[in-house]
Amino acid sequence: MKQRRKLMIWLVILGALHGIIAAAGFFAPYDPVEQDRERPYLPPMHIHIVDAQGHFHLRPFFYPLRLREGSFDQYEEDTNTTVPLRFFERGAAYRLLGFVPSRLHFFGVAGARVYLLGSDAYGRDELSRILYGGQISLLAGLLGAGVTLFLGALIGMAAGYYGGWQDELLMRIAELFLALPWLYLLFALRAFLPLAVSPLEAFLLVVVVIGMVGWARPARLVRGVVLSVKERDFVRAARGFGASDFYLLRRHILPETASVLLTQAAILVPQFVLAEMTLSFLGLGVPEPMSSWGNLLATLQQYNVLVSYWWMYLPALAIVPFFLGYLSLASALQERAGAYKIEEKGNWNPS
Amino acid sequence: MRYLLRRLLHAVFLLLGVSLLTFLFSALAPGNYFDEMRLNPQISPETVAALRAQYQLDRPLPVRYAHWLNALAHGQMGFSFAYNSPVAPLLWARARNTLLLTVTATLLAWLLALPLGVWSAARLGRAPDRVISWTTATLLVIPDLVLALGLLIIAVRTGWFPTGGLTSVGFDDMSPLHKLRDLAWHMTLPVTALVLAALPTLVRHVRASVAEVLEAPFLRAALGHGLPHSKLLYGYALRAAANPLISLFGFSVGTLLSGSLLVEVIMSWPGLGPFLLEAILARDLYVVIGGVLLSMIFLVAGNLFADVLLYWADPRIRTAASAK
Repeated sequence: MKQRRKLMIWLVILGALHGIIAAAGFFAPYDPVEQDRERPYLPPMHIHIVDAQGHFHLRPFFYPLRLREGSFDQYEEDTNTTVPLRFFERGAAYRLLGFVPSRLHFFGVAGARVYLLGSDAYGRDELSRILYGGQISLLAGLLGAGVTLFLGALIGMAAGYYGGWQDELLMRIAELFLALPWLYLLFALRAFLPLAVSPLEAFLLVVVVIGMVGWARPARLVRGVVLSVKERDFVRAARGFGASDFYLLRRHILPETASVLLTQAAILVPQFVLAEMTLSFLGLGVPEPMSSWGNLLATLQQYNVLVSYWWMYLPALAIVPFFLGYLSLASALQERAGAYKIEEKGNWNPS
Repeated sequence: MRYLLRRLLHAVFLLLGVSLLTFLFSALAPGNYFDEMRLNPQISPETVAALRAQYQLDRPLPVRYAHWLNALAHGQMGFSFAYNSPVAPLLWARARNTLLLTVTATLLAWLLALPLGVWSAARLGRAPDRVISWTTATLLVIPDLVLALGLLIIAVRTGWFPTGGLTSVGFDDMSPLHKLRDLAWHMTLPVTALVLAALPTLVRHVRASVAEVLEAPFLRAALGHGLPHSKLLYGYALRAAANPLISLFGFSVGTLLSGSLLVEVIMSWPGLGPFLLEAILARDLYVVIGGVLLSMIFLVAGNLFADVLLYWADPRIRTAASAK
């Protein structure tokens, strides 16, 4: 029961996190590529509820930032005017989840621009870019994990079910892939694919490259499950009744691998999001003006950005709650699988 | 002995497989180093063709692979197009810097992880164990990219550590002691990043395997005989728990060349990482293949090393191997 609750809690948390990213258009105050050349590298603005005169405001507000006199990149708050923060404000057009056209934003201000997490070199809102970038990074991770699990399940089932030389060959190749350090594999695969491509192609390329790297581990685990399942009575009975290989694999064997595949998914998705970040950070992934968590961090490779504009590091922190969520989910799933295994043996009943 | 021989043979086949795989991938690659040259109107097509012929890029793949294998047998790894020199010495110069970094970091990480893990296991569920568990759990959810960049930001903002490179300007004129200090100062940041990235996994493994052994009856008996606690933990428990740790150590040794790639790029450490990235961007084929192979050799050697250690440390493996 406790395991089940833990699982549910992490699922809800992860669902909420993904929901925020999926609805980036709503939570982001601006369009991620909208530039404001007047305000490059604006530091994060502070939300106030008490103004300079000491008066309390029920509605949170901002002071607009202006250049400090005699400086070209130092900003200070202009305490003469207050800009109230409005919730459910109408702003830039976007499509919710890619379909529903809308102009409604979670928050915004009238007549000015608010940068909660600062702005980048072109005056683009960093918060909006992080939220939209999350869509690319998470999608790459999820699709990559999908490709990997599909390949892994396919290869694992083939190897486990047919056995013989097919099994031997596939598992030797899997060993090879397991032995290669994954970042090197990623590099090597990326090295031999075209460099100058359109953003969409680059994204798909990243997904394919990431997806091809990790199939070996799930394949081996699936193979193990298949090996034990195919000798079980219900499978033998079905075979005795004349079930075809395909029917057996789909109807009786694939469902048994679900728990392994789910756990692997929880482990792989954050790894693959990180893989996308790494590739894009190194300039081998998703290019500008599309934003992803990786290419947002790439600006940190410029020394002046590193020294002066610390808020450009904030995209890195975006992945941490996702990592925490997925790792906890994976361990909860593993615990559950472990409990089931013991239950099946019949000598100990948990919960 | 048969056991070790079989492992060695296995390793050789693995390396051959990897080299074949990288070659196959390279054959699928659209474009090569000379594509950019071809676009240059000042270089005639004949020159490009001659260059391609010189590097044997016009030959079919199996021929190139055989040629490269032959060169490898003579200790060469092909030719870098960008540097116009053999790959092996180029790689070696960079690998030395990488090893300087990773050997230090690996040793430090293990020296920290062993006592921390044992301490944590000895006080299972109590305050020290809780603190250590929480710290490792926190470190575990911070990816190394985030960690390394964070450290770099701190270094830059405080100015305590240099932000890149191996040595300061004027290194050659320093006295040996100064040289050592300068090097250590430059290494601090990348080594910290590597140690922090490796530590949580190591501590958790040490803790788990020692905690398991501490349950064993022979240790309770030893405790009953009044053996001192430290001797019990480090002399007996750690030794009995060593089996999975040795495999893990082999893996640590194996990733000496490949584990620090990202940290090197972020911290501009002149090791294999930035070199390989540069080669990928320039499509410097043999450098990429050589780099991948070199790191693979290390990985395989690390595993082999662990096998030898296990064979030496665990009598069960010896008897099982000779029984076959």
